Amino acid sequence: MPKRKTEKKRSNMPQKKPEKLIEENDVRIDGRKLDELRPVKIEVGVLGNADGSAYIEQGKNKILAAIYGPKEVHPRHLALPDRSLLRCRYHMAPFSVEERKSPAPSRREVELSKVIREALEPSVFVEYYPRTSVDIFIEVLQADGGTRCAGLTAASLALADAGIPMRDLVVACAAGKVEGRLVLDLTDVEDKGGEVDLPLALMPNLNGITLLQMDGDLTVDEFEKVVNLALDGCRRLYALQKETLKSKYVVKEAVEE
Amino acid sequence: MTFSPIVARVKQKRIAELISSGKRLDGRGLTDYREIKLEVGVIERAEGSARVRLGKTEVMVGTKIEVGQPFPDIPNEGVLTVNAELVPLASPTFEPGPPDENSIELARVVDRGIRESKAIEVEKLCIEPGKKVFIVFVDIYVLNYDGNLIDASAMAALAALLNTKMFNYEVEGGEIKVKPGYAPLPMRNYPIAVTFAKINDKLVVDPWLEEEQVMETRLTITMEKDGKICAMQKGGYGYFSLEQVLEAAKIAREKTEELRKLMVKG
Repeated sequence: MPKRKTEKKRSNMPQKKPEKLIEENDVRIDGRKLDELRPVKIEVGVLGNADGSAYIEQGKNKILAAIYGPKEVHPRHLALPDRSLLRCRYHMAPFSVEERKSPAPSRREVELSKVIREALEPSVFVEYYPRTSVDIFIEVLQADGGTRCAGLTAASLALADAGIPMRDLVVACAAGKVEGRLVLDLTDVEDKGGEVDLPLALMPNLNGITLLQMDGDLTVDEFEKVVNLALDGCRRLYALQKETLKSKYVVKEAVEE
Repeated sequence: MTFSPIVARVKQKRIAELISSGKRLDGRGLTDYREIKLEVGVIERAEGSARVRLGKTEVMVGTKIEVGQPFPDIPNEGVLTVNAELVPLASPTFEPGPPDENSIELARVVDRGIRESKAIEVEKLCIEPGKKVFIVFVDIYVLNYDGNLIDASAMAALAALLNTKMFNYEVEGGEIKVKPGYAPLPMRNYPIAVTFAKINDKLVVDPWLEEEQVMETRLTITMEKDGKICAMQKGGYGYFSLEQVLEAAKIAREKTEELRKLMVKG
């Protein structure tokens, strides 16, 4: 069947490419300072069927993460004799972006699923559950830049919510360069119009960097600054992550009569 | 076959122990590459081609150029497409079928290096803005797998692009008329990838297959000709400390210089 040509409808969100992404007084297009995170809202235990789940809103990003497992592996031959098989699917809803995205996994989604899995695995005691699988599902419902990081932050919480033994939480945040300035937590317009995007994931207590990607161009000195900016963002998000878990699971001690 | 995808526990231990004392099983220093052999123009049918041997790892890259439509958001630029095939004849662990996550990651890491360094002058590949541009296909073909496919593929891709010839043409009423003679593909940058493996908390450059089996994690840094970083990718299940990442960036700077000399004159 020939592909039907669809007229591009008028945009739902004001997407006109702005002339300047950063004003002279260091205010970004959405009113943030250079090193300011977008407003973040996180919840855990949001889905009924999943063993663990989390929902994150970071700016306009809206992302759900769910965990199923440890459970029997299907297909069976994939089971590992000495540890649990961690699987991850990062997926974007067709309506999550401006122009409809085909629901079939794109090459980008396949790559992101791989790097997210590899970013979470060091935090999980996979050796505790041999011959099982732990499946991580990340669904991006609305995307506005930095979805792999927000998805990772949520997925790590969902793992904790599922009660899976972990060495540390994993928290992720991007930093980059826009119009020559180093900025934290890039939105979609900043990512597309800017020079550099550097997503990074951190295990805050082990000080381990579990995800590091970059594109753009940076000198080695600038690179050091951007990494430190991203690490700083991770630590701030980590405080929120902890708060979220505590608010769900820490029960106030009964006052003695 | 002299290597197998499974490495005996004793050998794994030996590799890791040697690395902690600054040595490697194959006699290299921690930041030494294996012997690199580069041939270009090996496939006459392709617009450009190269074959890189990195020790026993062997990768061939062929480029093809076709006329097609540009992306609507960049109507006056040519298009770059990178694809990688882990051909089953290259390793007992490679299976036929659609590209798996490893080959997709390989292609995308190489793609990012070429794209972000703006190596190809894509604005010169426009024929008719919004309608017709040249599409450059870079196809990575892994022929023998003995570790560090990313560096070998990135090198082969760059060599093949530098080897690529385009036919001369003129545009007459929207139609392309081929004229005699060829011109090289317009290139302005030479991205080089350097991959590190972390083994026993130490960084080694250019891991071969058995080191890849032992490594906790890996990091690829791609640098442009002026020593700027243009792409990065961490892979594998372990993690790096901040100090290790910064150290890797410094080593990468030296290594890319070294490799680029070899590539650009070759």
